[in-house]
Amino acid sequence: MAKAFLSGNEAFAYGVRLARPQVISAYPITPQTIVVEKLSEFIEDGSLKAEFIHVESEHSALSCAIGASSVGARAFTATSSQGLLYMAECLPYAAGGRFPIVMMNANRSTALPWNIYGDQRDSLSQLDSGWIQAYAENAQEALDLALMSFYIAEHKNVSTPYMANLDGFVLTHTYEVVDVPTAEQADAFLPKYATENKLDLQNPRNLAFSAGPDSNTIFKYKEHVGILNAKSVIQEAEDRFETIFGRRYSGLTESYRTEDADYIIITLGSIAGLVREVVDALRLEGRRVGLLRLRYLRPFPNEEIANAVKNAKAVAVLEKDISFGNEGTVYTNVNSAMQKAGINIPNSNYIGGLGGKNISSEEIKGIFDELKSQKSAVRFLGIGGEANGG
Amino acid sequence: MAVNAKNLNETEFFYGHKACAGCGGSLAVRIALKVLGENAVAVLPAGCMSAVGFNFPQLCFGNNAIISTFAGTASMLTGVEAGLRAQGITDFHAVGFAGDGGTADIGLQALSGAIDRNDDILYICYDNEAYMNTGIQKSSLTPFGARTTTTPAGKNIRGNLRPKKNMFEIVAAHGIPYAATASVGYLNDFMRKVEKAKSIKGTKYIHILAPCPTGWGVKTDETVDIAKEVVDCGLWYLAEYENGEFTLNHQPKEFSSVESYLRKQSRFKHLTAEDIEIITQSRDAKWEFIHKNFN
Amino acid sequence: MKPYLREFVPTAFEDIPDATAYEAGYLVTKNAGWRNVRPVIDSKKCVGCLNCYLYCPDGVIYREGNKVAIDYDFCKGCGICRKICKPGAIEMEAEK
Repeated sequence: MAKAFLSGNEAFAYGVRLARPQVISAYPITPQTIVVEKLSEFIEDGSLKAEFIHVESEHSALSCAIGASSVGARAFTATSSQGLLYMAECLPYAAGGRFPIVMMNANRSTALPWNIYGDQRDSLSQLDSGWIQAYAENAQEALDLALMSFYIAEHKNVSTPYMANLDGFVLTHTYEVVDVPTAEQADAFLPKYATENKLDLQNPRNLAFSAGPDSNTIFKYKEHVGILNAKSVIQEAEDRFETIFGRRYSGLTESYRTEDADYIIITLGSIAGLVREVVDALRLEGRRVGLLRLRYLRPFPNEEIANAVKNAKAVAVLEKDISFGNEGTVYTNVNSAMQKAGINIPNSNYIGGLGGKNISSEEIKGIFDELKSQKSAVRFLGIGGEANGG
Repeated sequence: MAVNAKNLNETEFFYGHKACAGCGGSLAVRIALKVLGENAVAVLPAGCMSAVGFNFPQLCFGNNAIISTFAGTASMLTGVEAGLRAQGITDFHAVGFAGDGGTADIGLQALSGAIDRNDDILYICYDNEAYMNTGIQKSSLTPFGARTTTTPAGKNIRGNLRPKKNMFEIVAAHGIPYAATASVGYLNDFMRKVEKAKSIKGTKYIHILAPCPTGWGVKTDETVDIAKEVVDCGLWYLAEYENGEFTLNHQPKEFSSVESYLRKQSRFKHLTAEDIEIITQSRDAKWEFIHKNFN
Repeated sequence: MKPYLREFVPTAFEDIPDATAYEAGYLVTKNAGWRNVRPVIDSKKCVGCLNCYLYCPDGVIYREGNKVAIDYDFCKGCGICRKICKPGAIEMEAEK
């Protein structure tokens, strides 16, 4: 293990190098570019042996990765925003084919209006595409997710593609000191990819076929079970990771001072760091507040959310996303988890950080203050007022 | 020795499929796979051949085969080729079979990318001159005058107003190692070209005209005859591009009648003498170009 | 060798694969029902040129000794073989 000063993108690239992908196909888009530039450098300097395919579009990036995965190769790609939307056709294709491709997505606003800065509308629009979705908070977690993602995606009980999300600029371009594991440690952690779901010269197969109404539901059910199985495999991967690397992760969610909290902010990605600071500050004032960070949105942490908020008086979901005509997508999902668990407490939705807009600690503190009013509402941070329509 | 019916691999790799009777596209796929052999790894986009060959549990490819997205034939081929090579496997032929729409329209960008990278793949376009799988809609390879369901022939507009896109020369303009045109009416020529492509490293492209009796409005037993006649009347030609040069493979001694070729097909039934004259003139212009620029 | 008809048809939950991947060349239905005429070869007239074998879109004509035979399970009766046969050794007969 060695320390290095790396941006989120670079840290992710270091993690990918440790995972030894055999095929990397990517198309440049801000703010993802540095991860593919770094990987290109690794290939040039000989520290990574992989086929780097300079595709002409994101659609081809994922289509190429599917091709590589369909012959049993470990495949990686990376994108962002418009690029993710351009390859959208290939997302459920990879998931339905059970191809455990890993993709890094640099979370960025989607046009229109054009904007290159970070929000999560890109990945959340693809929440139903059948991919595992993870959200990193910092560069260390980005590196560690890069390595763990292959273990989880390729596990025979999962066989599901994995999208690791890093907030654009705020995480992708921010430098931090990161522990970089050695290749030996990484090799001890991550087994070689082995699958029967492949074109095989010794055992010819037909792949990616049509399945009519009679069998279609069964294929879809099995796909669903695969991604649900990721819950226990994520645990397994994190246990194994801790044994080898000494760092512990907490599964689908991370609870911070929620045990006795009356008011909890539920959020995801890099903003969790600032929420944690505000929680600490308010705790010093004697206020019982907490943070629940969603590390994964698929599989969705229904039980973890219910457990974390069951004794709270009110919760807020803070997210960089809006499902136009309704509310934040994460909020909808969180409400479903609470409703299923019979938890009926006031809950509010705060839409913030759109197009890279800064979220301040004062605003976060303001959310905790408003939660005391025990009223459910959907609000846009910095604009004020309720956005419930009607 | 040149590959022919007598020495051709007797194994059938594309069998039991649900293509229409007399399908030219299925004939092109079948013959190409017999030339390429059991180590062909085939990629087929959404389209006729994937629709008729991959209906689980009826799986009609005896060799390794996979459906790609409609636009993704070439990019998936690239991934297949790179993925196998990265695992140290070299004894295979990555081959794609896409229709005219999948090649000249939605798949053109990915194909151009693959040729630009010079990926070691063979891309075969089976051109039946319209989106046949979805019910005969115009593609950019639909010829001038043809009636399709999206270019109806009525009083005001007489079918498709635009000429066929010149895919062969578009591909050649990339400086591709090997490109060729072919017709299912001349299978020995096609087999020779597939055999040749097999031995060339880098990107190879073969564009084979493959009539669709359903979409062209001919009887199911006329597929091969009409595929011969389109070459004999000069509206299609058999050629190759290699080492930066074009070569014509077959010069009809005298062109057969364009009108006779067109009148046999219900998609051209509405054409006037004037339309046929336009088609004949464009044929003559094309051949003037061929004689000037092809060996 | 060619893909051939199987008796086992995977339909039950446990027989459906986890991924869209299955044995290559797995046939569970014939195409014979598509046909209202069938090609019949007169082996006396057949010169073994193999043109019918070469040009069959379904690959149902196979070599047998110096001549050819037809797999009627998968022949769709398109008639290309009759037209391509120079010696006129193939006739189309109505299916009963």
